[in-house]
Amino acid sequence: MSTVDPLTSAASSVGQLPALLIMVPLLAAPVCVLLRRELLAWVLALIASATSTVVAWQVFMHVGEHGPIRYAIGGWAAPTGIEYYIDTLNATMLLLVSGLSSIVLYFARESISGSIGQDRHYLFYAAWLLCLTGLLGIAITGDAFNVFVFLEISSLATYMLIAFGDDRRALVASFRYLVLGSVGASFILIGIGFLYAATGTLNMVDLAQRIPDAESERAVLVAFSFLTIGLMIKAAIFPLHAWLADAYHRAPIAVTAFLAGTATKVSLYVLLRFFYSIFGADYSFGTVFLNGILLPAAVCGFTVMSLVAVFQTDLRRMLAFSSVAQIGFIVAGVALATEAGLSAGIVHIINHALVKATLFMAVGCILYRVGHVHKPSLDELYRRMPFTCTAFALAGLGLIGVPLSAGFVSKFQLIDALFERELWLVVVLVLVSSLLSFAYIGRTVEIMLFRKGRAAPSATSTGVEHGHIDGINEAPLGLLLPLYAMLTIMIWVGLNGDLTLGVALDASRDLLQGMRPLGAGAGS
Amino acid sequence: MSLLSPPMIYLIAAAVCGLLPARWRAALLLAVPAAGLVSVLSYAPGLHENVSVVGFDLVFVRMDDLARIFAIIFSIAAALAGLYAWHVRDKMQQVATLAYAGAAIGGVLAGDLITLFLWWEGTALASVFLIWARRTPGAMATGMRYLIIQVLSGVLLLAGLLLHFHDTGSIAFEHLGLVSTGTLLIFLAFGIKCAFPLMHNWLQDAYPAATVTGTVVLSAFTTKMAVYALARGYAGTEILIWIGAVMTLFPIFFAEIENDLRRVLAYSLNNQLGFMVVGVGIGTELSLNGTAAHAFCHILYKSLLFMSVGAVLYRTGTSKASELGGLWKSMPITAVCCLIGAASISAFPLFSGFVSKSLILSAASNEGHYLVWFALLIASAGVLSHSGIKIPYFTFFAEDSGKRPAEAPLHMRAAMIITAFLCVFIGVVPASLYSLLPYDVDYAAYTPAHILTQMQLLCFALLAFVFLMRSGLHPPEVRAVNVDADVVYRRWIPALLPALVAGVARIFSSGQSTATGIVARLYSGIERVSSPGAVLARGWSVGSMMFIVIIVMAFVLFANLF
Repeated sequence: MSTVDPLTSAASSVGQLPALLIMVPLLAAPVCVLLRRELLAWVLALIASATSTVVAWQVFMHVGEHGPIRYAIGGWAAPTGIEYYIDTLNATMLLLVSGLSSIVLYFARESISGSIGQDRHYLFYAAWLLCLTGLLGIAITGDAFNVFVFLEISSLATYMLIAFGDDRRALVASFRYLVLGSVGASFILIGIGFLYAATGTLNMVDLAQRIPDAESERAVLVAFSFLTIGLMIKAAIFPLHAWLADAYHRAPIAVTAFLAGTATKVSLYVLLRFFYSIFGADYSFGTVFLNGILLPAAVCGFTVMSLVAVFQTDLRRMLAFSSVAQIGFIVAGVALATEAGLSAGIVHIINHALVKATLFMAVGCILYRVGHVHKPSLDELYRRMPFTCTAFALAGLGLIGVPLSAGFVSKFQLIDALFERELWLVVVLVLVSSLLSFAYIGRTVEIMLFRKGRAAPSATSTGVEHGHIDGINEAPLGLLLPLYAMLTIMIWVGLNGDLTLGVALDASRDLLQGMRPLGAGAGS
Repeated sequence: MSLLSPPMIYLIAAAVCGLLPARWRAALLLAVPAAGLVSVLSYAPGLHENVSVVGFDLVFVRMDDLARIFAIIFSIAAALAGLYAWHVRDKMQQVATLAYAGAAIGGVLAGDLITLFLWWEGTALASVFLIWARRTPGAMATGMRYLIIQVLSGVLLLAGLLLHFHDTGSIAFEHLGLVSTGTLLIFLAFGIKCAFPLMHNWLQDAYPAATVTGTVVLSAFTTKMAVYALARGYAGTEILIWIGAVMTLFPIFFAEIENDLRRVLAYSLNNQLGFMVVGVGIGTELSLNGTAAHAFCHILYKSLLFMSVGAVLYRTGTSKASELGGLWKSMPITAVCCLIGAASISAFPLFSGFVSKSLILSAASNEGHYLVWFALLIASAGVLSHSGIKIPYFTFFAEDSGKRPAEAPLHMRAAMIITAFLCVFIGVVPASLYSLLPYDVDYAAYTPAHILTQMQLLCFALLAFVFLMRSGLHPPEVRAVNVDADVVYRRWIPALLPALVAGVARIFSSGQSTATGIVARLYSGIERVSSPGAVLARGWSVGSMMFIVIIVMAFVLFANLF
């Protein structure tokens, strides 16, 4: 691998940033455990997460200016050591994951203050940092086996975080996710193992080059199949999504907000990386008929899950099923294997992460004050919690995909991509599904805004007693500040849709070209 | 976009409105349409307020003669509705009225399809609050149904514009024509808002369910924005002639048998839209002038009728024909205004409906659409019967109900008198309206032939009404009525009309109930599997999740290996 010149030139300006991105949260986690004090642990976790965000931002800018980065850990060059490979796609993912983590972590302290005993908070933050490390690691690494390692780090931390839920049912949810998640991870491991057997390398760039000439075509095929299933489980693609609703429902709401924005999205990133960069679009969607699996799954997913979401009475469950539906939108775009479709999927990864995190945070505020989020009994909550309800409604508009909101750009792009392939039925179902999201969000907002408590039939505008929301105040600043920070970012991204779309188009162009060894010119 | 462009004035006012005390809000409802009108008139013809968003060049104000006349009448309607609603203290209605009027004006000024779509959804979202403002469970449910249909229209528009953009690479809102799937979807979107036959039910469902003042506001904007959109995009599309003809005819039957007078007016609104749609479908300069003129007059007299019936509802608490009657004794001004509105919608000479409807009728006969012309004539007779006579007759005359409500409040009277004045003024001085029309007008409304035809028609219809009323009440007197019509007309009307009315109504309602039955069964089926705790929504056990994994794995291996 004589890629010295470009490697050093890239590395010289980017320095040790890629390593820092992972090391900071990884090292902060055990320190959190040692500190034991709730406040100190939180501050440390926040600083670590914020540092990662700043570093991720610098890496993102660097990639934007100079193209992909290859960073060899410990100076060991690729075939021997592990290298990090960062292009537009995963630079975006890194920024998204670390940014979301920072904001939601700020939200978490107030949010868990009532539900988790003070003496266990340090464990919560440590688990959070490990989860963050794992997610960032998955996104940054250029080594297939390393993906599995980080996947396990993030997954184990996630099981722990979910089990922090204030209800004993959280343990069941966590256990079920653990079993399914481990199966998914094992499938991924088996897939990677077969790839290694077929090509003799674990480096992604090398894999991409050697797979076409692999001796055993069958081994590659088996690897491909195992990876498909493993990633479908981890990304909660219908019909392998069943672990998600319970996990999101039972976990502490801050964890849900974090996971909804990041965990499935990172798994989708891995899916993109394997199927586009490593196997290559020609193999995945030509030789092997991946779209024949992914597209029907996606279409069934967003149609059925939107319907299910309409009927949910618990807001967390409603949003969880809506998440599966939205993942369906992403996968539908990805399965088209065209530039337009792929960019639609990627831009929706970004938009949906922001929108869903905001929604779950708003739900967290309601949960904090009201104690439950049973949709039918949130009548006229707006009177008591105007800021929270406003944020929920605005984020809801983003989920529906109203023009000028975050969701619009991605849906527009997705429908455009579907037109290109002339999949009319899918277009209709996308629109129907959008209408359904309007139904479940609109219904919630309607209840929050207008519906009078049934106990007060002769309600006038003043002085009505609403037993259940009586004495409830707006959420504290500790929750509102991060909620509005997230909302602002979401709205900004929605208004500047061409920026995210530009990033997504860059990323999809990279993906469709496949992974290219940097400085291939120097090697020849 | 400039803050002084018409839609922005309304939207900013709507935002500010929520913060003001009640009296100021009422004044704002009058001041904003005036400011909006000044702003509309200040634009020279051409494209203004261009904004580039996500690579699309949006045109927020496209001013030409067609857009201008609609923007003007929308401003006037907003002002009149504001005056009529002076007593309203409900913040929700006031904000919604401003936002709704602003969105409608924004819609007719939109120069591209995306901007149109924004305002299209804007009208839906803003207007539903006028229905919800009644705050009854029934109004909530109606509002939701209304909203879903309106949003569906928006979604169709979006899908259509995407397809259209994909085909042509342009989002400009110019003549579209029925040439592709995209334009067909846009056509359907317009059709829903324009209450095409079988897409019309939302109108009769929602308008009578709104508040007294809300209905006046609702009647002005949504459907006329759709008429404008059709005139802009689909002028000369022949199928519109037939759609319009059916639209003018079928609501008559429903209006005849309906008891709720506001619902009668909603049906007659539908029928009037039919005239405009026919005008769009013919597509000549004369007929498009007719459509624009008719929309202009229609907004005025339909508002007037809704205002007068609304005033009665406001005072008596009912708008049911069977519970009213004899109110002219205590509400004479409302009665006179209602009569003027009735005369206008029935197109009596010297009233506004005459000078606008005759444009469309002339256009139809000029182009040789005699069948359509005849249908429009029948429809005109029907209009006279259900709106021109039934509304004032059952409300203010007929059998005395014994009710003696006070006259309408001062501001309502003022609003009605101004509107009534405008109706008469346009009828007497048609040139004032013709000067606003999109094309040069070389048309004389008051020729002997026109007046004679119209008066013949009106007299026959009047006689028929008298005939029916009296034959129903006093059978022996039937023969005494000296009907100056041929025998067929005399014999058939009493024999056929009830059967025809019932038959048409039955066909429509059975179609509807079959459809609702299917939808209800589908809904309960979905509910059974999706509600909390049901199979799709509960947490699955590890075993069943693994079972699915294995099935998918088998499928993937199978698909990949073969």
